[in-house]
Amino acid sequence: MCVVCGCNSSGQQESAQVAPDAGGAVVDARTGDLHFGAGAARVSVPGMSESRAIRIEQDVLGANNQVAQHNRAHFHAHGVRALNLVSSPGSGKTTLLCATIRALQQNHPEVALAVIEGDQQTSNDADRIRATGAPAIQVNTGKGCHLDAPMVAQAFARLAPHDHAHGHEHEHEHEHEHEHEHEHEHEHEHEHEHEHEHEHEHEHEHEHGHGHHHPTQSLLFIENVGNLVCPALWDLGEDAKVVILSVTEGEDKPLKYPDMFAAAQLMVLTKTDLLPHLSFDVQRCMDYARRVNPGIRILQLSATTGEGMNAWLDWLVHPDAIEPTSVQARIAQLEAELARLKAGQG
Amino acid sequence: MHELSLAGGVLKVVEDAAVREPFARVLKLHLEVGKLAGVELRALRFALEAIAPGTLLEGAELEIDEPQGRAWCMGCSTEVEIAQRGDPCPSCGAHWLAPQGGDELRVVDLQVA
Repeated sequence: MCVVCGCNSSGQQESAQVAPDAGGAVVDARTGDLHFGAGAARVSVPGMSESRAIRIEQDVLGANNQVAQHNRAHFHAHGVRALNLVSSPGSGKTTLLCATIRALQQNHPEVALAVIEGDQQTSNDADRIRATGAPAIQVNTGKGCHLDAPMVAQAFARLAPHDHAHGHEHEHEHEHEHEHEHEHEHEHEHEHEHEHEHEHEHEHEHEHGHGHHHPTQSLLFIENVGNLVCPALWDLGEDAKVVILSVTEGEDKPLKYPDMFAAAQLMVLTKTDLLPHLSFDVQRCMDYARRVNPGIRILQLSATTGEGMNAWLDWLVHPDAIEPTSVQARIAQLEAELARLKAGQG
Repeated sequence: MHELSLAGGVLKVVEDAAVREPFARVLKLHLEVGKLAGVELRALRFALEAIAPGTLLEGAELEIDEPQGRAWCMGCSTEVEIAQRGDPCPSCGAHWLAPQGGDELRVVDLQVA
């Protein structure tokens, strides 16, 4: 066996072996000579064997995900619902965001708003947001093609959307509730999470029944770098990814960029006022999106005419209020069944 | 090109391991990148080669496993293999699939010296 990597190749080193009692030295099988520093590292370090395997089993995005979990806990502790808005460049994210902020300021003045704007360069978008009166921080990624969790953590520290919520009597209750949920998420394996979500939704309905009128105290919009590929992989600590697709783009984008549509909870089809001038097939686009993500929710709107905006605003403020479609209900049912089966096997 | 960021993530995992269990360099890097992970393997290999010089990864051999995409077909009530997101169920042809695996993106182990 090769002493360098443990492979089965029979090279010159076949005659050399690391002797268990030779302190990591290579032993010449013929003469019994000891060769320190003759191994792969070409250096002898006391206490270190020459070549060894180290079990790692670590997620490449682990460092990012840890910060993202921290962000999530931080957001929840402050009653902030964070949304990661992703799309290709030119889909109208910023236009939609400006229209959304103005509408929320009018119809839901109790909800605090803040925006983190991600672009490679310029502060044009943050300037447009600030013109609405909402606080915004521009994050320029330089050559980066996506925002990551540490960027969002730093940007959030410079915003103060949570100040609005400070001083509320029930704030502490909320903190405890959310911290508790987090512990649960850590302890449960992936397959159990769906069940957990159901419990969560159920709790939510329950809360509504008891007359809690502050489902969302504060909204943080994170406008990611315009890119339908890379941002799909980076968790920022958001409650949901929202993928925005304008009807001036191809209706097959969900198939071309499936990872992003699979990662999103909601797809918003924008610029629907232009549909009469285009050959965009809305139904086909929705079918494609559901191919890669059967549970995705879909809204259609025009930020210019305001058509469809109310459903979007409702989703922002009452995220669980949209009736699940029959497909979603069926998925939920089957996923619960699957989780039960898996639990039975384990 | 998020693969360059991912290569940086791989290096971070390796450097953290070197702090825990000191070693001079990596001889072999063993990764697992699922078919549904959203990673272009050629780009990842290129990125790892690009960042390796001067790091623990310099000269390291690269082994990448590619676990198949696995999804639960809600029509067939069974688990099926898919090559990419958006593919139909190979047995019923429908798209009611909930991915169950194949999105791994992990450093499995290292051979070090």
